[in-house]
Amino acid sequence: MRYFDDMSVGERTELGSHTFTAEEIKAFAKKFDPQRFHVDEEAAKASHFGRLCASGWHTAAVYMRHFVEFERREADEARARGETPARDGPSPGIRELRWLKPVYVGDTISFAREVKELRETTRQPGWGLMVAYNTGTNQHGELVFSFIGAKFAERRQKG
Amino acid sequence: MPKFHWEDFTPGQVTEYGPREVTAEEIKAFAAEFDPQPMHLDEEAARASFVGGLCASGWHTCAILMRIIADGFILDAASMGATGCPEVKWLAPVRPGDALRVRMKVLATRASRSRPELGFVDARFDMVNAQDLPVMTLTSHLMLGRRPAAP
Repeated sequence: MRYFDDMSVGERTELGSHTFTAEEIKAFAKKFDPQRFHVDEEAAKASHFGRLCASGWHTAAVYMRHFVEFERREADEARARGETPARDGPSPGIRELRWLKPVYVGDTISFAREVKELRETTRQPGWGLMVAYNTGTNQHGELVFSFIGAKFAERRQKG
Repeated sequence: MPKFHWEDFTPGQVTEYGPREVTAEEIKAFAAEFDPQPMHLDEEAARASFVGGLCASGWHTCAILMRIIADGFILDAASMGATGCPEVKWLAPVRPGDALRVRMKVLATRASRSRPELGFVDARFDMVNAQDLPVMTLTSHLMLGRRPAAP
């Protein structure tokens, strides 16, 4: 990932997109969220969703995959420039996680993030807290998923 | 016929679900698929990271919470999903071998104005390990079907 000092509020990144197949929706749900509308096409048809749809946690997990790959690309780019990439920092949590519309089988969700706030912290010297608004949008342009995430980012050494 | 409907939840109600044990294999399998960061994938690399040892992805911890409450009551309920989570806090690392339990507290309930067939249950879920140490806290807006009127 990049250094805290190199980030700016308002910067937006497209993280890539993913098409949800019936197989993976059911595989995730069988492990973690085996509600009928996530594991069985027929039962899903009879439910209020009307069609097989992904667990909200599955959508979140797929977002994460794209975010990690984005940070990896940033680190690779830093190395290519001969720099040492910033160290990874923990996330204290997220807020305002919203599942706005179902993610149905066959939907292609495009993920993006926008830096909302860069907060210097006194409690964690050498680190800053980065707050970002993260979204998932389907192929019809509808916002289906969003949350505000926070993560510690390393600062450049002064001197 | 589901056992639990919206009417079965009342503010202040507390229930506990679990335990469910987390293995190193499943921590690594989830991470390989969804969160391939060193502290979730590899013991050696995890020791060198800020968490000091292998630990579950925060999203994996959320998914485990979902499974615990699914087995606890959701699969027996007229569940219609959830609209979201106002807050998710990862408080301590979830390690291999942790036996996780979930304490659910109902914060508020309200009937849907636009959809008479359902109601909302706002709940707080505290996940603790075998030492009773909180590892995650999460609030959520659940949607549940209302109990059909007796014929």
